[in-house]
Amino acid sequence: MNATRPCLDIQSLSAVLPNGARVLRSVSLSVQPGEVRALVGESGAGKTMIGKAVLGVLPPSVRVVEGDMLLEGEDLGRLQPKARRTLIGARTALIPQDPLTALNPSRRIGPQMTDRLVRILGWSGPRADARIRQLLDAVQIRDPDRVLKCYSHELSGGMRQRVLIAAAFAAEPRLIVADEPTTALDVTVQKQILRLIAQLQREHGTAILFVTHDLGVVAKISQKVSVLYAGKVVEETETAALFAAPQHPYTRALMAATPRYTDPFASLKPVDEAVLAGLASEIAAADQAWRRPHG
Amino acid sequence: MDEGRISRHGSGARLWLAGGWLLLASLAAIFAPLIAPQNPLAQDLMFERLPPFWMSGAEPGFWLGTDSLGRDLLSRLIFGARIALIVAFAAALAACLIGSTLGLIAGYFGGWADRIISRIVDVWMAFPPVLFAILLVAVLGTGLSSVIIAIAVIDWTRFCRVIRAETMGQARMDYVENARIAGYGRIGIMLREVLPNVVPSIVALLSLEMGIAVIVEAILSFVNLSISTDDPTWGGIIAEGRLSIHQAWWVLVFPLVTLILTVLSFSQFGEGLKARFDPVLR
Ligand SMILES: Nc1ncnc2c1ncn2[C@@H]1O[C@H](COP(=O)(O)OP(=O)(O)O)[C@@H](O)[C@H]1O
Ligand SMILES: [Mg+2]
Repeated sequence: MNATRPCLDIQSLSAVLPNGARVLRSVSLSVQPGEVRALVGESGAGKTMIGKAVLGVLPPSVRVVEGDMLLEGEDLGRLQPKARRTLIGARTALIPQDPLTALNPSRRIGPQMTDRLVRILGWSGPRADARIRQLLDAVQIRDPDRVLKCYSHELSGGMRQRVLIAAAFAAEPRLIVADEPTTALDVTVQKQILRLIAQLQREHGTAILFVTHDLGVVAKISQKVSVLYAGKVVEETETAALFAAPQHPYTRALMAATPRYTDPFASLKPVDEAVLAGLASEIAAADQAWRRPHG
Repeated sequence: MDEGRISRHGSGARLWLAGGWLLLASLAAIFAPLIAPQNPLAQDLMFERLPPFWMSGAEPGFWLGTDSLGRDLLSRLIFGARIALIVAFAAALAACLIGSTLGLIAGYFGGWADRIISRIVDVWMAFPPVLFAILLVAVLGTGLSSVIIAIAVIDWTRFCRVIRAETMGQARMDYVENARIAGYGRIGIMLREVLPNVVPSIVALLSLEMGIAVIVEAILSFVNLSISTDDPTWGGIIAEGRLSIHQAWWVLVFPLVTLILTVLSFSQFGEGLKARFDPVLR
């Protein structure tokens, strides 16, 4: 096996809406095994779209027009739909943004969690049950018996997200897509959840594509980072390098706009007009270059 | 939270009242020969138009009085419950099965399946239902099974429309996407993940439809298009009662009250069950 083969390798991925507007503009991005890659950008930049593209759940209106996605070397675009589903199901998992709607309201937590291990991965019932309890313990759920019998609406937001984190790690995926997993939670719970994800990630050595709009979170959890603007990766580097010396003007503007944790009185400044104007022409130029070969 | 508790108490009371009446009606229907004080078909001109028990001139054993042929009204209502409830259960179940299945498919798969099913529903609903029923029974011939088939054929669209809309809402939820990512097949997701979430609505609609079936059966009996005229039906009794309203009001009023109570109970029972079944409302 090739030790340097990326866990996830996205090469020049473009996607369009029915009206022809591009939501993803030749996105290239890779996640090495065991590594956390942050994907940061403002709301609407296309972060969720990239996650959905990887997991094979793009909305029907969004069409991929260019690019390859390789999951552990397997080209997802070349697989039959059935084989692709199986591969994605076995090797990936999602930690979603909204833990309430990500759980089925009419099924108890226990069967909902074990079901996937038993039905999809063919585990025995007792083995799946033991595994789920082990992970509930790892996400610091102290009363697993009660939680397993609950319906999702009987749990707090933080507890739901713990359950979903446990479920995501349960089948030992190689890659987890975490789509703003703390955004919907109370501020006090956010840090605990972030710590849990980081801890489980280290223990299991899982690669994570961590979607966030928060540079503070990027600094805490990731080793690599891609900065996304309007569906285009404008900067891509090691996290430490990004904070030490941001290269792209948009990254610098984003940093200036982010209040520091150390300075609670820092106000949220909007991104500079000049920077946005520069970005607009950069993206227009990229689209022009793209249209030529694609019509 | 407080609001939830109040509404839950309200739904509890109406669930028990409605359920109690429906249980009573069902028991009466099942054990009609044992319970009915008289033979519902026995005519006796000596006893014609006896008033109910509390009025002067009443006879013991004829609790709700008799009709113009001297037949015992209570016994006729009890036997009438048989046909009313058989039609209610059979017709509503058939309509539910057809409508919910198509609604689930249209709502979950969308696209062509949805377009075709929705178009059929639109065309179907363009017919006025009562006229449609009379037409169908005229074609199928009178009789219990024709009435059941007519109601199912007409009313499956109620289930289809509601279940389609609910399924669409559920299909957009993240848990469905999660199941896709995990590798479940589409039909498996539809049946195991989505269906349980629309079951409360199916149950509520089913109960409501039973009430509607009772009314439709009564209307068909009223216009003499239902079962053979010998068997007592609520609609048939009402039709007879209408003719003698000035001499014997009870022959019209008691079956009407019975009919209304039953129909209301079905709809309230369904709403109550839905509130109880729904894990989010519970
Ligand atoms: N279901 C959809 N159909 C079409 N366009 C969508 C859909 N969902 C989102 N979009 C558009 O795609 C772009 C990227 O959205 P998204 O990936 O959700 O952004 P982010 O997650 O970075 O906030 C946005 O401009 C949004 O309007
Ligand atoms: Mg998003």
